[in-house]
Amino acid sequence: MLEVKDLRKSYGSHVAVDGVSFRIARGETLGLLGPNGAGKTTTVSTISGLLRADSGEVLIDGRALGGDTDPIKRKIGLVPQDLALFDELTAIDNLDFFAALYELDGAKLKSVAAEALELVGLAERAKDKVKSFSGGMKRRLNLAAALLHDPDILLLDEPTVGVDPQSRNAIFDNLETLKARGKTLLYTTHYMEEAERLCDRLVVIDHGKVIADDTLHGLYGLLPVTNVLSLELENSDFGAAMADFQALAGVKSAELTGNVLKVGVHHLSSDAPAILGWLAARGHLYSHVVSERPDLETVFLSLTGRSLRDS
Amino acid sequence: MMIPLKALVMKDLRIFFADQRAVIMSFVAPIVIGAFFGYIFGGNGGTTDASRISVLLVDQDASAISAALFTDLAGSPSLDVKKASADAAREAVRKGTASVAVEVPKDFGADAGRAFFRPGTKPEIAVLYDPSHSAEQMMVQGILTGSVMRVVSREMFSGATGQSVVKDSLAQIEQSQGLAAADKQTLRGLLQSVEQWNERAQASGASGASGGAGLSGGLTVPFEIHQEAVTSRTGVAYNGYAHSFGGMSVQFILFMGIDAGIGMLLQRQRGLWKRLRAAPLSRGLLLGSRAISAAVISMLILLVVFGAARVIFGVRIQGSMAGFLGVCVAFSLMTAAFGLLVAAMGKTPEATRGLATFATLILVMLGGAWVPSFVFPKWLQTVTMFVPTRWAMDGLDAMTWRGLGFADAVWPIAALLGSAVVFGGLAVSRFRWDAEG
Repeated sequence: MLEVKDLRKSYGSHVAVDGVSFRIARGETLGLLGPNGAGKTTTVSTISGLLRADSGEVLIDGRALGGDTDPIKRKIGLVPQDLALFDELTAIDNLDFFAALYELDGAKLKSVAAEALELVGLAERAKDKVKSFSGGMKRRLNLAAALLHDPDILLLDEPTVGVDPQSRNAIFDNLETLKARGKTLLYTTHYMEEAERLCDRLVVIDHGKVIADDTLHGLYGLLPVTNVLSLELENSDFGAAMADFQALAGVKSAELTGNVLKVGVHHLSSDAPAILGWLAARGHLYSHVVSERPDLETVFLSLTGRSLRDS
Repeated sequence: MMIPLKALVMKDLRIFFADQRAVIMSFVAPIVIGAFFGYIFGGNGGTTDASRISVLLVDQDASAISAALFTDLAGSPSLDVKKASADAAREAVRKGTASVAVEVPKDFGADAGRAFFRPGTKPEIAVLYDPSHSAEQMMVQGILTGSVMRVVSREMFSGATGQSVVKDSLAQIEQSQGLAAADKQTLRGLLQSVEQWNERAQASGASGASGGAGLSGGLTVPFEIHQEAVTSRTGVAYNGYAHSFGGMSVQFILFMGIDAGIGMLLQRQRGLWKRLRAAPLSRGLLLGSRAISAAVISMLILLVVFGAARVIFGVRIQGSMAGFLGVCVAFSLMTAAFGLLVAAMGKTPEATRGLATFATLILVMLGGAWVPSFVFPKWLQTVTMFVPTRWAMDGLDAMTWRGLGFADAVWPIAALLGSAVVFGGLAVSRFRWDAEG
C-alpha cells in the first residue's frame, strides 16, 4: 500500500532523515517510534507531499507521488501534530471546509462531515465554535478532518499530544474502528503504550535512521530477558547473598535497590519457581512479587543505549 | 477546482467577519477618522469656524487710524480678531491660544500719515507669531498690509489726521532747502489739491458727497480677487471628506492586507498550512484564493466607507464611476498582493506585524493620505511617484471631488496593477513552501 525507499532529507547541514525505508501493507497499522527530533514528522511530511525529499521515493500503490495536484493525494489523510483547525469557525464549518478541498459538495459533503463528527463523538457540538472546545475535543476534530475524503491511508503524527487520558482513550477507540474498517495507519509517537496498543508492526527511528523494523513480538525477542521479577524483601541483609544469587541458573540479571530485588529471566514458567524456592530455602522472605514484561522503552534503551523520553 | 476555490475564499471571509476587531478596524475606523480629517480640512465646501486665524490686536496708539484698522481687520472672513494688552497678547501666542498678535505702536496714525507722503522713518507694526503657524503669519501679514493701506489712505484724504499731516508737509516743503524749485511747485500743487479735497469732504460731513467716491474711500489695492475653487463642475463645492475618506480607506485597507498576510503566517504556525497542502490543490490556487479574499474584503471596505461618505457627508463620485471602480479594483488587487508579500517575507507573525505596520505607515504617509503630497519637498514628490498609495490617492481624488473622466484613472489603475504584479511576483518567488511548522 505504502512504500518508503531510502528517503533522505536535510536542512542545511542537519540531516533530518537519513535513508529511511519501510513498507506498510493494506490494512496494517505501523508505528513510527522515536524520540522528539528523530525524523518522524519530516518522514510523514515527505510522504504526504508537504516536503520534497533530497533523494529516495514514496510509492503509494506502487506509484510515486507527483505534483501538488496529483489525485493520488486523495488516498492519504493527514492528521498533523498541530491542531490544524480554524478556532473561529464551528466544528461543522471546519469539516465542510476541509471536505470541499477534496471537491466534495452538496449532500455528499454534508453526509461525510456528519459521519466524521459522529465517529469522533462530537455530533452534539457540531455548531459550536472550535475555540470553545477542550484540548481533547480539538484532537478528535483534528482526526475527523482527515477522514472526510475517505482516504485509504491515514498518517497520524502524534495525534494524542497533550490530551487527557479520557480523550486519548476516545481517540484510540476511533483508530481501532478505522483499523477495523481496513484503513492503513501510519502512527508516529514517542508514547510506548500507544504503540503497543495500536500497532501491528513498529519501525524504530533515531537520528533519522531506522534502527529496528519488526512486530512487537519480534522486538521483544531482541531483549536478553522476557520478564522481570520484582520482589519486595522483608529483611535488608540480602547484599551478602547477591553473588551466590547471580550465579543461580536462570538468573539473567539481578539488581537490588533498597529491599527491592529485580531479577531478569528468560523462561518465566521454569525459572521463577526455582528462584523463589532458592530464596525461601535460605530464609530470604518476600512480602510481594510482581512479574513485568519489558516495554518498548526497554527495547529502545537496549537498541540505542538511551532512554526514549530523555533523547 | 471551483469548489475548493470557493471554499477557500468563503472561509477567509467568514473568519474576517467573525473577528469583530478586524471589522471595526476595517470599516468603522476609516469612517470615524476620515470624518475627523475631513472636517479639519474644510468639510464639505465651507470654511469651518476652526479654520479662522486667531489674531490679537494690541492698540497702543488709540487713534482714529488704529481704531479703523481694528474694524477693517475684524471684517476679514479669514480672521478672528480681538483686542488685547501687549503682555496678554504675547502670552497667548506663547501658549498657542492665538496664532498671531499685531502690535500697533503709539503715534502710529500720525507717523504712518507722514510716511505716506514723504520718505523717512516709517512706523513699525510688530507681528508676533506662533512658529508652528508660520503659514498663518504670512496670511495675516498680507491681510494687514491691505488693511493699513486702505485705512491710512482714507484718513489722509478725508480725515482730520490727514488734514494736519498735509499742512505739516506743505510747511516742510516751503522750508526745504535741497528741493528743486520745479519739484517744490509740483509737490505743493499735489498737497494743496489733497488739502482742498479733504476740506470739501470735511465740509460735506460725509466722504464722497461731492461725487469723488473713489478717493474719499481711500487708496485701495487696484484689483479685486475673484476666488473660485476648481472642482468637478461649476457650482459643485470641494468636499474635503472625499480626500480624507480616500486616505483613511487606503490606510486601513493596507492594515487589512497586513492582517491577511499575518493570517497566512499564523496558519503556517498552527499547522493549518500542512492540512491545506496535503489536499490535491495547486500552489497557485492556495495563494490565489487568499489574494481573491483579500481583494474582495478590500473592495467591500472601499464601497462601505465611500457609501458612508456619500450618505453622511455628501461625497459623490463626480467623475467616472467606471474609473472609480477601476481604481478600487486595482488598489484591492495591489493590497492582496501586498498581503501575500508580507506572508512571503515574514518569518513569525509577531516579528512581521511590527515591520509590516511600519512599512504601511510609510506607504500611507508618502501616498498623501495624511497630508497632501504637494507639501513635500520636490525630491520627495518625485519619490512618491514610485509609491502605489500615491497613485491610489490620485486616482480616488480624480474620480471623486476632481470629477475627472476615465482617461485620468488609467494611469493610477496601471500603476496599481503594476505594483500588484511586482508584489505578487516577489511573493510567489519568495514564498517558503517547504517551511516546517
